[in-house]
Formats: sequence, C-alpha cells, structure tokens
Amino acid sequence: MSGQGLPLPVFTPGRTAAPAEPEPLDFDGLKKRLDGERGAGYWRSLEELAKTPEFAAALREIDNGRNLEEGFDRRDLLKFMGVSFALAGLTACTRQPAEKIVPYVRQPEQVIPGGKPLYFATAMTVSGFATGLLVESQLGRPTKAEGNPMHPASLGATDLFGQASLYDLYDPDRSQTLQYLDEIRPWAAFLGAARKAAGEERATGGAGLRFLTESVCSPTLASQLASLLRDFPGARWIEWEPAGRDNVREGARLAFGEYADVVADLAKADVIFSIGSDFLSCGPGNLAMTRHFSRRRRPEGEHGPMNRLYVVETASTVTGANADHRLPVPASRVEDVVRGIAKALGVAGSGANGSVASSPNPFEAAVAADLKAHAGRCVVLVGPEQAPAVHALGHAMNQTLGNFGKTVRAIEPVDARPSNQLTGLVELTRDMAAGKVSTLVILGGNPVFTAPADLEFSAGLAKVKHRIHLSPHVDETSAACQWHIPQAHFLEAWSDARCFDGTASIVQPLIATLYQGRSAHEVLAALQGAPEASGYEIVRAFWRGELGTDFETRWTRALHDGVIEGTAFPDKPVRMAESPGGSGPSGVAPGGASASSPPAGDPASPELELVFRPDPKLLDGRFANNGWLQELPDPITRLTWDNAALFSIETAKRLGIRKEDVVELKLRGRSLKAAAWIEPGLPDGTVVLNLGHGRTRGGRLGTGTGSNAYALRCSDALWSARGLEVRNTGVSHPLASAQLHQNMEGREIVRAASLEEYQKNPAFVHEKEKEPEPSLSLYPQYPSDTYAWAMAIDLSACVGCNACVLACQSENNIPVVGKDQVRRGREMHWLRIDHYYGGAPANPTHFFEPVPCMHCEKAPCELVCPVGATVHSAEGLNDMVYNRCVGTRYCSNNCPYKVRRFNFYHYSTQFRAPSMRMLANPDVTVRWRGVMEKCTYCVQRINGAKIDSELADRRVKDGEITTACAQACPAEAIVFGDLADKNSRVAKLRENPRNYGLLSELGTRPRTTYLGSVRNLNPALSREVQTDFPHTELDTETGQK
Amino acid sequence: MNDTDPPVQDPRSSAILEPGHTFASVTDKISSIVLSRRTPRFWWVGFLAAFSLTMWLFAAIGYLLVRGIGVWGVNIPVGWGFAIVNFVWWIGIGHAGTLISAILLLLHQEWRTSINRFAEAMTLFAVAQAGLFPLLHLGRPWLAYWLIPYPNTMALWPQFRSPLVWDVFAVSTYATVSLLFWYVGLIPDLATLRDRARRKFFQVLYGMGSLGWRGSATHWHRYETAYLLLAGLATPLVISVHTVVSFDFTIGIIPGWHSTIFPPYFVAGAIYDGFAMVLTLAIPLRAVYGLEGFITLRHLQNMAKIMLATGLIVAYGYMIENFMGWYSGNTFEGYTVFNRLTGPYAHYYWALMLCNILTPQLLWFKRIRSTPWILWCIAMVVNAGMWLERFVIVVTSLHRDFLPSSWGMYQGTVWDWSIFIGTIGFFIALIFLFIRFLPMISIFEMRTLVPAADVDGEPPPAPGRIEGEV
Repeated sequence: MSGQGLPLPVFTPGRTAAPAEPEPLDFDGLKKRLDGERGAGYWRSLEELAKTPEFAAALREIDNGRNLEEGFDRRDLLKFMGVSFALAGLTACTRQPAEKIVPYVRQPEQVIPGGKPLYFATAMTVSGFATGLLVESQLGRPTKAEGNPMHPASLGATDLFGQASLYDLYDPDRSQTLQYLDEIRPWAAFLGAARKAAGEERATGGAGLRFLTESVCSPTLASQLASLLRDFPGARWIEWEPAGRDNVREGARLAFGEYADVVADLAKADVIFSIGSDFLSCGPGNLAMTRHFSRRRRPEGEHGPMNRLYVVETASTVTGANADHRLPVPASRVEDVVRGIAKALGVAGSGANGSVASSPNPFEAAVAADLKAHAGRCVVLVGPEQAPAVHALGHAMNQTLGNFGKTVRAIEPVDARPSNQLTGLVELTRDMAAGKVSTLVILGGNPVFTAPADLEFSAGLAKVKHRIHLSPHVDETSAACQWHIPQAHFLEAWSDARCFDGTASIVQPLIATLYQGRSAHEVLAALQGAPEASGYEIVRAFWRGELGTDFETRWTRALHDGVIEGTAFPDKPVRMAESPGGSGPSGVAPGGASASSPPAGDPASPELELVFRPDPKLLDGRFANNGWLQELPDPITRLTWDNAALFSIETAKRLGIRKEDVVELKLRGRSLKAAAWIEPGLPDGTVVLNLGHGRTRGGRLGTGTGSNAYALRCSDALWSARGLEVRNTGVSHPLASAQLHQNMEGREIVRAASLEEYQKNPAFVHEKEKEPEPSLSLYPQYPSDTYAWAMAIDLSACVGCNACVLACQSENNIPVVGKDQVRRGREMHWLRIDHYYGGAPANPTHFFEPVPCMHCEKAPCELVCPVGATVHSAEGLNDMVYNRCVGTRYCSNNCPYKVRRFNFYHYSTQFRAPSMRMLANPDVTVRWRGVMEKCTYCVQRINGAKIDSELADRRVKDGEITTACAQACPAEAIVFGDLADKNSRVAKLRENPRNYGLLSELGTRPRTTYLGSVRNLNPALSREVQTDFPHTELDTETGQK
Repeated sequence: MNDTDPPVQDPRSSAILEPGHTFASVTDKISSIVLSRRTPRFWWVGFLAAFSLTMWLFAAIGYLLVRGIGVWGVNIPVGWGFAIVNFVWWIGIGHAGTLISAILLLLHQEWRTSINRFAEAMTLFAVAQAGLFPLLHLGRPWLAYWLIPYPNTMALWPQFRSPLVWDVFAVSTYATVSLLFWYVGLIPDLATLRDRARRKFFQVLYGMGSLGWRGSATHWHRYETAYLLLAGLATPLVISVHTVVSFDFTIGIIPGWHSTIFPPYFVAGAIYDGFAMVLTLAIPLRAVYGLEGFITLRHLQNMAKIMLATGLIVAYGYMIENFMGWYSGNTFEGYTVFNRLTGPYAHYYWALMLCNILTPQLLWFKRIRSTPWILWCIAMVVNAGMWLERFVIVVTSLHRDFLPSSWGMYQGTVWDWSIFIGTIGFFIALIFLFIRFLPMISIFEMRTLVPAADVDGEPPPAPGRIEGEV
C-alpha cells in the first residue's frame, strides 16, 4: 500500500448525525415561533419545526459542507469509485498510429480464401523423363500432387516420387543461399565470378570448360547448352546419371546401328517377358505401363484377355513380384538364359554360350513357346541394368516375333543428346586428373557421391580451378566445389521436359522460390551473359520458336493441359543392323560388344556376386533426405530408413549370416560394411545392395542411413560384379522393418487362384468362408437411406507400387516418425501394403495387399472406446473424433486389422518447422500427442463433394469422390464409391464373385472388400497358386524391440 | 486333518493366539509398536529405501507426462503393456484384504483376526497403486475424467458399452468400500491409542481419528452393525472387481482374450496372489516385531491352504484355455495357444507354469506349510508368477493376432520398469508408514480371543475343527 498519509474513506451505512448530546427541546419557545406562521407548513420532526441550530447544522452537512473524515455513504462511495476507475482508465489511452489496412476488395481471380484449392498442371522429371502432375494449391502454396490425366506418362496416376515431391519442396534442409566456400554470397558475386571465369575460358575457346548435367530431356536446357557449346567450341557437355540408361542406349545402337528408344504398348500385349525390367515401379513411362498392364490383369477381361507376365531377374523387384512366372537368375547368367530363349524363338545368330545349351530349362522352353504362340501380341522388355547385348537380344526377339509396329515401336531418343554417359564421365575424370579442366559447371546431380569408385572423381575435381555446383542440397559434391547455387524445386521454377514417348510439357511453377533458388536455365543464362534472364522468359523464348503461329493460345493451352499438343515423337523406322558376318543382327552374337560382361570365373566354385540396383525409394540417392520416402517400407523387404545387403536363405545359411548381422563386403580391394537381411527369391550366391543410401552429406534425414553401395561400384561393373567376399563381423546393426512376418500362416488373407481355377469356379474366394449370418448380431442394422461409402480393392490389379501409401500420407498430414519409432512398431501410415510370400522359398510367389481401415459395419473398435471417440456415421464411416480421444488404445487392441495408428509422441511437431507448416493439408486436422488416428476414407473429400452436391440439390455422383489412394493408383486397383447407388462401380465390384471381406468370419462386415488375386499361370510350369509358405530363417524375431 | 493327527512339536502351530495372553498383554504388545517402542533401525532403512523408490516413481511419472506414452514399450499391435499388466496385478493383490476381512468374517473364521488389519491396509495400498496405471497409461491422462459420467454442457457421456467404463465404477467402488471397511474397523483401536498416547499431538491425532469413541455399549452395538453391513457390501465386490477387470479382455475380439472362463479364473487368481502377498508381508513382520504369538503358524498354514486351493483353480483355468484353443477348431485361437507355448514369449509362459502351478504343489506338505521361510519363498514365486500370467495374457494375445503382417514384439523399457518397481516401492513405503503409525493387528478383536473373553463359558473351539472349516 502506498500513500500512508491518505485517510481511507470509511464506509458507514446510513446517515451519521453529529453525535452531540441532544439538547432538550424548548417547547415554549417553539410554540411562540409557531404562533406567527401562516399557511401550509410541513415538517418531519419537531426539530425541523423548531429550526434548531442543531438541525440546521445537520442540514448543512447533508447539503454542502460534507466532511470526508466522517466517512462515506454508499452512494458517494460508489460515485467516487466510479470516477476513480474512469480516471485510472484514462492513463491507458494512447493515440493509435494511423495505419491504413487494405480490405480484400479485389479478390485474386479464382481464389476463394479458406475454400476451394486450385490445380495447376506441371511436370516432374526423374532422371530426365517427365511425368505430368496436377498440383493442388491452397491459397498459393502447393499441398498435394496428383497425376495429370491428359499426360501420357501419368494418365491421372502418380508414382512415389510424384507424391513425395511436395516433401522435397518444403524440406527444411534444402539449401537456401548461394555459397562460396561455405560463406553466403549474393547472386551478384557469383555473376562476377562467372563472368571472370567465362572470360578466361573464352580466351581458349572453352577448352577447359566442362558442363556436367544429369540426363537432359528438357528441350530448352538442351538448346541453351547447345548454344553455349557454339560459344565455346572447345567446351564439352557430359551427362551422368548413376542409375542411368547407358545399356539401353548402347543396346539400341547395337541392334539398330543408331540410338533409338523403344516404347512398348502393354495394352495390346497378351504375353510380356521382362528381362530384369522393373517397369511397374520406376523408369520412363512406368505409370502408363502399369495402367495398361493391370487393365489386362483382371480375369473378367473388360480390356481384353488376361495377360501373362514372365520375369527373369536377379534382385526381387515389384515387377518380379507380380510375375506369373519368375526365374531368379544370377546377373552373370541372365544373358545365357535370354540367349537360350532367343535361340528357341529362332532369333538368328543367338547361338548360346556353351554352358547353357546342355539342358533346356523348362522355364525357358515355356517362355519361348508362349511368346511364339503370341507373336505380334507379346512384348519383350529389358531392364536398364542388363548388358547392351541383352538389349540387342530383346530387340531381336521383338523383331523376330513381329512385335514392332504392334506392341512396340521405335522412336527418336527422348534424351536430348543420347550418348554413352559412362564414357563421357571417364573422359571427364581423365581430363580433370590431367589438369585439362579449368571450369566445371555441375548442373544438378551429385557426382562426388555417385561416380564409380575407381574413377577417383573427387581427386580429379580438386584439380579443377573453378568448380560450380547447382543442387537442391549442400551435398557431397557441393562440399567439393567452391560455388554452390541452391537449385530451385520444379514447383518453384519454369522449365520443360519430355516424357517417355517424346511428349513435351511445360514445367510450371506454383510458388515463388522459397529461398534463393535458381534453375539450371538461369545459371546457364548467367554464364552466357544474360544474368537477368528469368526462367519464364527463357522457356517461353524457346517455345515461341517451336510453336510458331498463334503462340499465346498454344502456350496457354500447354500450361493448362500440362502437355504440348503434337510433340509426341512419331515412329522411327528402324532396321536390325546386320552383323559383319551376316549371320544375324549385330550385337546378338555371343561375345558381342557387351561392355559390362562379367569377367570369366570358375563356374564350379560358389563365387559370390554383388548386384547393385537403384533403390526403389531413394533411386540413386537423390531422395535421401525425403522423410516420406525414407520411411516408406521397401515393397519386398519392408525395410525402412536403411538399405541392407540382401542374401537368399540358402546363401545366408551357407555363410552363417543372420538378419541384422553387419557383414563386410570386399570387392577388388574395396570394402564396405552393411547390415544383412534375408530375402527369399534371390538367386543363391548373389548379394544385392541398393544404391543411394549411406550419404555423408544428405541432410538431417539422409545422412548416416544405410551403406553407400557406390563405394564398391566400379566403372567396368556398374550393375554387378563377381569375386565378392563376405565376412560376418559379428556385430549387429538394427534394421527397421515395417512388417516382420511375410507369411500368411495358412490363413485366408490374400485369396488367390490361377486363371484356370478361376474359370472353373469364379467364386473361389468363398470356398473356405465361414462368414456368420447378418442376423446373428444383436445390434440393429445402421440406417441405409443415405450414402453407404465403401471401397473395393482388386488384388489382381494391385501391383504393390506403394504410391497409394504416400498419397495417403500427403493428403492426411501423416507424420514421419523416424527409424527408432518404426523399429518399435509405431509407424503412422494409415494405409499399408502388406506383402506375403507363398510357395517355395527359393522362388516364392509374392502377394501384395493394401490395407486401409475396413470401416466395419460392426466395428470392434467402436464398442470398446470408453469415451465414444470412435463412432459410426450414418453413411457407414468409422469416424475418429480426435478431440474426444483420451488414448486408451483399446480400439487398436481390438482392431483385427491393426490399421489404427497412435501418436505415442507428439509426432506432429514436425509440422511446426516454418517450411513444413506449408506442407500440411488445411482440410485435415493435425493430430496431437496421445491421440489415435486412422484411415477416414478421406472424409474431407467426401464432405467437400457432399457440400457441392447439396448446393446443386442432387446426390453425389459415382466417381465424384476419389480417395487419395485411389486417385494415385496407377493400376486402378482401388475403387471408392457409394454402395447405396446400385450402379456405382464399387457396388458392381461388390457383386463380383471374386469379392470377399478380409476376416469377415469375425462378423465385422467390412466396408472395404477385396477382389481375389488371380494369376495367369502357364499350365506347362505350374497349375496352382501357392499361398502357403514354410517357416524359414526369415521369421527370426529381429527388427523390433 | 483330523483329531488323531500327532500333535506338532510347536504348541503355537495350531493356536490362533499364543496361550498366556491377557487383555492387557495383548493391548500392550500391539500398541507399544506404535506408541512406546523405539522405531527400530530396520524400519528406517526399509522406509528410506522404499521412499527413494517412491521418489523415483514420481520422477518417472513426471518424465512420462512430459514426453508422452512413447517412453514406454507399447506399440501397434501391443497397445497395452506393463501398465495394464501392473494394474491387473495390483488389483489382484488388493483382493486378499477384503476377502479376509469380509468373507471370512461372515464365515466366522476367527483366525482371520490377527491378519485382517494389515491385509486390509495392503489391499488399500495395492488398489492405490493399481489406480495409478489406468490414469498413466492414457495418451492424454489429463482427460481421464472423461471416463466418469458427469453432467457437462456438451451432453457427452462415457460410452457405456466399453468395459473400461465399468472398470471405473468397479475399481472406485471397491476402493471406497475397502477404505470405509478398514477405517471403521480401526475406530476402536484408534481410541485405544488416543487413550494411551502420551504426546499431545498424537492424542489429538488419534482422537480425531477415533470419532469420539468411548466404548459404550451403544457404540459397540452400532459398530458391530456397521461392520457387518460393510462386510456384506464388500463381499460381492471381491468377486465383482476382478470379474469386471477380466471383462477388459473378454469383451475384446482378440484370440486369447475372448474367453468366457476369464471371470472366475481371474477372481481365483486374484485371491491366490492376494494371499501370497499377505504371506510375503506377514512372515517378515511377525519375525521382526516378535508377533509370532499373534500371527501363528496356524495362520500361515491356513493361508497356504487357500493358496493351494486357488492355485489349483488357476491351473484349471490355464488348462481350459489351452483345451479350448484346440477344441474350438478356430485357427486364431489355436494359434494363440500354440504361440504361447512355443512362440517368442514361450519362456514367459513356461516360467509362469513353474511359478504358479508347479511350485505351489509343495504346499501339499505340512512340513513346508509350517516352515515360514519356505512359505515366504513360495509366496514370492507366486507373486512373480501372477505378474507373468498377466503379462502372458496381455502381451502374447496382442502381439500376434489375426493378420501376420501386423505381428510385432513388445518389450518393457527402462521407464516401464521404473514405474513398476516404483509402485512396489510406494506400496512398501505406505506399509512401513502404516505399521509405524497404526496398530497393524486389531487390538480389540485380538482381545476377544483371550480366554477371559469367553463369557458364555463355552470352551474355546478346538483347533482341528477350525482347521477343518477352512
């Protein structure tokens, strides 16, 4: 308390009269005074009447002469208080500065704040080849990638990389500033340095100038480079793609005598023979191939009779997993096997090597017979890992079978400048080592990490005077260069690209560069002395020349459609080049110019062979810092966050290796430590190691996961090498597998049959079914007078490519939890793809099964939630009320499908990073710690469509709502819709005899149902689809705490 | 047993009160532990050790609340781990007290008198530990009150079909009734302490606790009525609590949980475990405080016999579970049994069999039943076995259910163990406080066992007869 001197007012109820002694009234005097009064007189007391001095004093006090010290009455107290408070309030009054705000008077065209997102067509390139995308933009920020139905390489579908591209855009580890020797520099500083370097180079005609790019399918970039090469005649342009297509190009040159791309149309193919080609998961045109392949996988035959896929491969791929018949072959023997088949087909000059011809394999005979029987309606595909000779054989087989012009066609190469990239890189390193290179401009790519180990690329690089590197991250190569330029993401910068059939697209940005990113076009323009040229102008200038008349209309149309009309390459007439001897097509003969044929070894000794392959998720390592891709389970091994040295069961047994043992791989004096994993179906004696892991400067997520396979990769053995030595170090390295059991344990989970069995009994899925009668439930049916949402997943069509998993993750703000949490069994994917083995462990059959929430009509989870946080909607959705969830996890325990996911920690804090915050879909709640979550059938999309339909006073039409998973699916395996509409696609699929409910014998009545898997088996090889799998070393309880 | 049995050497073995005690000696002996005897050194050592564990428990709880449930080993598919195992274990332990007090009271088992007080205290403290776990295992524990039906503006109620809501009622009712029962039984003794205490503070403290007890005939009359009524109330609760706890599992659809035998089998298991814990505590206490005269070998033997009987019921439960796995013809049920016997957690299962079925068979032998240290060892083994049983039920059922793709493994983390061991410390700390500040044996009830209390002139009941009634 302050102001001690101030007397505090004392509140006293009622009037306080002077406490003076009351004097006795003088009645006589009173009478006298009253005598003189006339008229009406009113008085309240005798004192008043008498007008005594006491009374007068009292009156005076009431009216005027207040005495504060005598206390306050109630009213005064309130008055004083009121005034005091009012005055006190005055002190808070400061003058507000005048700041004019601008109301949203002029709304940007089409933007509805907080309402509808916009979609823009653009294209993403992976290894140069474009895939068309439609990217969702929520108030100016890209939030979701979808496929562009008008783009021939997408057809509306997306793959992993398209979905994951959003994560890359907002990756907090992206390089944000231009750097010179790790110090931040302005763009002008680089321009100065570039001008100086260019000046130096111009003096020698560019003899010391080198450009190193990734594969370029961008016409604009190619023309820029061509123009630079004209300016600097001595300069060279080298392309290097670590998981590249050199073999494809060289194979075509062997076969046709010139470079050409061969494009297959699987829609017309009855029999497909893939030689190590993983066309269902990556590579140019993979989405279109998957679409056409899986349309023909349905035994009902809407799009033609069911096709049959034969695969010869070394490492297990998604394509191999979908094969009707797969033959695992060591890499060194693939050519022999193919040669055997080619010979059986009558390909001239395919005479087999001595070691093969002795015993014709039943597989080879069957493939050859089947191909022959379907001449002109079959296709032979060869993977980029196969030697050029195998490619040449593939072309020769297609030629012999008369497939050219029917199921395959040759076109001009889509690569802007087809070349042998390896030769180019070898020359570059030789020149660098010899000190002939004075300026090296690396546009994208990470050659320090990816160049073959024997080239000693970094040693050579150190001798280059000016080293400039454009890349999205400060990576291994940036660290070895002086200048690092942050590369703009494709959603931030203008560009263009061609897809597998030559169709060009404009790469349209959706957002201004988040940081100081530059595109390759802008960097090249700066080197050419046009430092202020924007990517937009450069790309437009190029296409103004290409599109000719009516440019603006055609340009706008190209931006809108995402494809430039009429840019697909026409068929290119090719002719098999005759070999000098005239005995057949050149390159086909044994011992032909197969550059990477393995060194001869003793076939009797069990020599080990190391096989490299691009990682199904990280490819060559470019996606190493992408959390979505890192945490995505490998389609076959189900490993996350790591690569592993993969051994077959027999090989592991022989070498005494168990899962998670750290093995030392020794190859030609180089050694690498890697964790081991066992994978049935690999050829014995083969060790498979995925590229792209083990980054040393890969960002916070990419650094230190897995082992760097490039450390063992030599330029003469890019894809496989013999003479591998394996030593078990006795140490173990924990690996995080998202699925520890890939054995159905004889349960009716994936129900499968051969086409023959299906034709005998189309309802084969119900053979062993024990589904209880609906009347057995005590609970009443849910009302059926509204929508009844349901999903049907065709296991015959599903190829297991994982695109749906990432689409779900992107749509529903699903957090990434990290390796440790995955290992503890806490991954958050709402939709998972289960993978099971069947048959013999040496060469198993693979089954994929996407498992979202089943939205059971009688859901076990709803019964046990104590707070009603998971409830059933009238439309049949099993809804999660995040706000209400207290986290007992009882619902998850009671879920027979285990599709519920729990926020054990506050995983969603990752959406708090400033850039990651922009990644989140504003239509979906970000979940808190301690809350259960699961698939909602994309309820935000359902409600969006319902609002639209209610505005138009109609029901939601079939196909109007697509869940994220169904939209991404290239195989069209997932169909979502309204069961109440008898004509909807999902209602019809439910009527399909192949339709069954997973674990429906429990009485859960799932709304998500499956269509049984049918394999088109060749009766000559086997007649039955095996779903049983023996217990093997695979089942050891590792991989989880 | 029958009368022709040769008398055992130790005369105390068959008595429920050592001969020679008088009213005064009983009162002196029991009240002196609280009032006059020096606090023994072991008390300080034991209490401090237990108190340290309690503090560690609070630290672990703090860490859990700050970081989230992820610090435990729970995952998908094993959504429940140590927390629920410990909950069921502690609730089970909390069964013996009320059983001894209420059911044995109603059955006129006089031998219960010397053990009922601390058995009840043990019940309360065990239920307190148990009560921690359902709260802590929530993802958002601060919202636990949502399980209680309370009027709110959003008109939201708990979902009454969920057994977890039933749990809330069952456990809170049981805790309340047990507390009342224990407290009502304490009143006359608190009055005794009040009268004997020499320091003002304790006189006031015990005085307040004794609610003005003067020992008048009216007081005694009302006391007897209230105690009997509470006993009647508590009796069904002994059965209902663990029945409801077992519903947490039986209502579930998971093979290994979805079973009708759970209620009786859980109740039997709880009694089994409860008596094991009473023995675990009683045997050291009687030795340290020299209470062999009150807690005689007869008591130990009787408890051992109850353990043997309930242990056999539990064994029957295990047998039926396995039998039904085969007999049901259900793939999933069959596999769950197979997996328990041979899967990655098989060593837990076989350890459980060793602890809960094989070891207690030793109790058939009288020599073992009357050797306190062996009995104590067996009780400890049973305590561990019953914890294993809950672990096997919770974890092995969840870790491999319907779809092999979602199968996983579970292992407790250091925080799981911290909280589990911390609650043991907390429990022991509470027991230490109890024996220091309250009479651990009911003084006034013990006095009714003194021969002089036999006002009707009936001879004291023959030991054999009482044993036969057990």
